[in-house]
Amino acid sequence: MAKQISVFLENKAGRLSHVTRVLGDAKVNIRALSIADTSDFGILRLIVNDPEKAYRILKEQGFTVSQTEVIAVLVPDTPGSLATVLERMAEENLNIEYLYAFLGTKDDNALIIFKVEDIERAKEAFAKQGIRFLDEKRLYEL
Amino acid sequence: MMWNKERECMPREELDKLQLSRLKETVARAYDRVSAYRSKMDQAGVKPQDINALADLKYLPFLTKQDFRENYPFGLLAVPMRDVVRIQSSSGTTGKPTVAGYTRDDIENWAELMARALTSAGATDDSIIQISWGYGLFTGGLGGHYGAEKIGAAVLPASGGNTRRQVMLMHDYGTTLLGCTPSYALVMYEEFVEAGLDRSQLKFKSGLFGAEPWSENMRKEIESKWGIDAYDVYGMTELIGPGVASECACKDGLHLAEDHFIAEIIDPESGEVLPYGSHGELVITSLTKQALPVVRYRTRDLTQINRQPCACGRTHARIQKILGRSDDMIIIRGVNVFPSMVESILLQIPGIEPQYQLVVDRINNLDRLEVQVEVSEGVFSDEVRRLEELESRITRELDSGLGISVRVRLVEPRSIERSEGKAKRIIDNRKI
Repeated sequence: MAKQISVFLENKAGRLSHVTRVLGDAKVNIRALSIADTSDFGILRLIVNDPEKAYRILKEQGFTVSQTEVIAVLVPDTPGSLATVLERMAEENLNIEYLYAFLGTKDDNALIIFKVEDIERAKEAFAKQGIRFLDEKRLYEL
Repeated sequence: MMWNKERECMPREELDKLQLSRLKETVARAYDRVSAYRSKMDQAGVKPQDINALADLKYLPFLTKQDFRENYPFGLLAVPMRDVVRIQSSSGTTGKPTVAGYTRDDIENWAELMARALTSAGATDDSIIQISWGYGLFTGGLGGHYGAEKIGAAVLPASGGNTRRQVMLMHDYGTTLLGCTPSYALVMYEEFVEAGLDRSQLKFKSGLFGAEPWSENMRKEIESKWGIDAYDVYGMTELIGPGVASECACKDGLHLAEDHFIAEIIDPESGEVLPYGSHGELVITSLTKQALPVVRYRTRDLTQINRQPCACGRTHARIQKILGRSDDMIIIRGVNVFPSMVESILLQIPGIEPQYQLVVDRINNLDRLEVQVEVSEGVFSDEVRRLEELESRITRELDSGLGISVRVRLVEPRSIERSEGKAKRIIDNRKI
């Protein structure tokens, strides 16, 4: 389980650089990110080392921002491993809203951030299927 | 509650008599002292002595915003500068600023009008009144201030801006009544929630809001969020500032101070006077103003006049809450659209804040209306699908409510321009 920071952005020049500058000035480190976009707007999703601080700072700067529960899944960094994880999740009928990859880790595992429909059920299913995920504290420390 | 019961409940016949004698004085004053009035009246073939009844008002020519521009800055003043004690002016967002001068008596009368408005909104000498309209050339701040002082209330001259400090003042100093623009009251609420302050610690009971049109739904929004009574006040720089008309506890129209002003409703196209109860453009004639008498000023505000007795006991006629301006109205592919209509529709969608802007463009000879809506935390989602659903819901509601197809665009909070706390609602890029 982890907290993702989601930020509403208009599709306008300089908005993304503004968010990242605000976080940089506050010494918040971005560990993973993805942007979902339409022609009008985008949603920036971030995993950072200090989500509480990032949330507060961005709100102070007038951004529309929310915190979302996501899961950081450890996937062996070898061909076919992600496919295996996704197959097992399909077997358990887990609905994935979206996913994106973490920027780098220390061991042989890749880290994939999953937003699922039902996070409690996902955790049970992961335990059953032997899928490993990182707890919040260890994730932010990476 | 009433500030001046004798005047506010004056019997109709007495009020008519007072209006007629004051009207004659005003017209004579304007004709004798202001060349612009003299030449307009001469052109229309009417002399001050032709005005012998209130019904004769219709023979007088209109005064318009254009007259203020042509006589900029002091051409419409009816007194020498030594008698002027104050100059206020509009922001001039639609051209040259509109300039108003006041004599000492004008200032006193204005304070009286604002004392009435604040009293009917619940103010007493025990009140702590936070004036968060801008202080300066804009009439809101000083108008509210003098009215509050006249009542004997404690005034917090907060002026506009620095919203974090505003909510801190409200919380720490125990504001009981707030005066500002309605959109700013909602901005303050957002800030109050963000600051993590406790509503139960407030002594805030009511608010007097004006300087921009606002809908009944916006009233509900302000009242339910803050847990207060929200009252409307009407006025404009040309007329004196806020206080020309204000709501009583019945919240069913704004009592026009008929001992200081006469209201008419005209057809904005033909200029013809319409009977009481008809919808049309409000035309105001001042009765006591010395420095800047206004005779038949076309306000461009659309409303109707209600002369039915009011449950509060005031005899002064009521104007319906202003829901649009004849020049605020935009015509899109032949359909009239007012920002207030958009606001009403938006407020019926849960979680949507009434912070919006209309942008009109003409693309390949076709008008396009884009409605930009700020995305507040209440409706934000990390999933594109949800926001697209929201966008299409807003589009659907606006399409059916306005009767034309619109394009909706979600924008970041506070990206919509605000001037003196007044939200700029329309950007018309059409070159016609």
